[in-house]
Amino acid sequence: MSLKLENVSVVYGEGTPFRKVALDNINIEFPKGKITGIIGHTGSGKSTLAQLLNGLNRPTSGKIYLDGKDIWEKPKEISKIRFKVGLAFQYPEYQLFEETVGKDISFGPKNMGLDENEIALRVAEAAKLCGIPEDSLSRSPFELSGGQKRRVAIAGVMAMRPEYLVLDEPAAGLDPVGKTDILGGIINYKNETEGTVVLISHSMEDVAKYSDMILVLKEGKVFSYGSVEEIFSDIESLANSSLDLPQITRLFHELKKRGLSQRDDVYTVKFGEKLLREKGIANA
Amino acid sequence: MLKDITLGQFFPGDSILHRTDARIKILMLVVYLVFVLCAKTAFAFGFVVIATGLLVIISEIPLKTVLKSLKPLLFVLLFTAVINLFFANGDNILWQWKFIKIYREGIENAVKMVIRLTSLVTGTSVLLTYTTSPLDLTDGIERLLMPLKKIGVPVHDFAMMMSIALRFIPTLIEETDKIISAQKARGADFESGNVFARAKALIPVLVPLFVSAYRRAFELAEAMECRCYRSGVGKTRMKVIKTRPADYIFLGMSIIACIGIFFLNQVVIPL
Repeated sequence: MSLKLENVSVVYGEGTPFRKVALDNINIEFPKGKITGIIGHTGSGKSTLAQLLNGLNRPTSGKIYLDGKDIWEKPKEISKIRFKVGLAFQYPEYQLFEETVGKDISFGPKNMGLDENEIALRVAEAAKLCGIPEDSLSRSPFELSGGQKRRVAIAGVMAMRPEYLVLDEPAAGLDPVGKTDILGGIINYKNETEGTVVLISHSMEDVAKYSDMILVLKEGKVFSYGSVEEIFSDIESLANSSLDLPQITRLFHELKKRGLSQRDDVYTVKFGEKLLREKGIANA
Repeated sequence: MLKDITLGQFFPGDSILHRTDARIKILMLVVYLVFVLCAKTAFAFGFVVIATGLLVIISEIPLKTVLKSLKPLLFVLLFTAVINLFFANGDNILWQWKFIKIYREGIENAVKMVIRLTSLVTGTSVLLTYTTSPLDLTDGIERLLMPLKKIGVPVHDFAMMMSIALRFIPTLIEETDKIISAQKARGADFESGNVFARAKALIPVLVPLFVSAYRRAFELAEAMECRCYRSGVGKTRMKVIKTRPADYIFLGMSIIACIGIFFLNQVVIPL
């Protein structure tokens, strides 16, 4: 039971001067119940990949299997896939359209054909997961701040209760508090529904902090794939893919170079702090 | 998807036609339209076909792309051909079945109309839309309309409005595409149901689209004001369009071809 891509390639604008290979022979399986982070530079094919997963985009060649079934086997039933694999786009706050926040969140569940009670239940649940206060549900989404709008939009996807939740840059352009709120909401969702999460980001910090597995994309190809430790231990190859390491990792690298630390496998501030405390360097 | 609809259909390239001054191309198009519409005899039409073919060749646009621009015209072409074929009157009946009569004049007219329409569309797309970038085009129009400024027509403002509108078409198309995808991801259905259901299904797309169009308009206006934009007063150009000798030769050739049509109209070959 998983979401799996087999030899998937996507080519845009075949036969025109604008031809572009967005994804080149991708093979990957997203493990169930885990958070897989996808990192890569602008134009590395992250967003194209996201839209493949829920059938918005069709691969030029290759197959996508959801729980062992080819999702394009019956193209007419592709919308059913979209309820199983929920996708929140980059800057999803621009998709809000309803009069009230509550109505907007219920758009997805309504399209699933659920009954009123179930819809109300799911809206309340999704709002809670994303930290949207109850009295906000009757307000217009256009009165909210950017970060709040983003939360409403993501709650709109969560309300469909997808088994797989794909998020394209959910924290882009938010302040640190907004970022923690949104990413925390995603963790809550995963824990509560035992769902699988695919988190796309170009921020190494976020990916290192929240993911179990990491996929690095470079120019449409899989550059590397593995657990957080595996990916960040190979510093040189990551630098080659011109991605930034988390700041804390870079700090520990420099410390090691200067003989001040034995470890360079530090990816989160929390772990770094713990190490420093053990050595008695940091004081609370 | 929506991205495939490129308004203006500019096809990047480096052919002679791509490099020709946009103003000259606009004038050439006017001359070309006269040229096509004045052709009367078979000889003249032959010349039109050859000239149009030459334009396609020097534009270096793939034939497939040119033919694609004719596709929406297919119905109109068939319609005019059929009308001309069956409803024209003449002296020479070729074929008759009950009340349907086909005259030689009918066939001639049908062929001429088809050539005329195809040439008009092909010529316009090859001369202007395929080989001129939208920005060059508005620039060219602005320069050509300059004389109207003397009588108080705000030519620059119109050109600016046109540039901005053209500039934002791809942006808004992309935005529409994104919003449609986002709503589809939430299970929106745009394809089934009757007319009313489909119109209603567009609300989740139109509302965010309008909101974002307004937002963009205000942002742009503010950015322009911050840079002290005040219409065309005292503004110089970064890219000055220069007309080269080759451009004049081009224009001259098209005028000669246009005049040539009138002579060819005099030549009647006995069929």
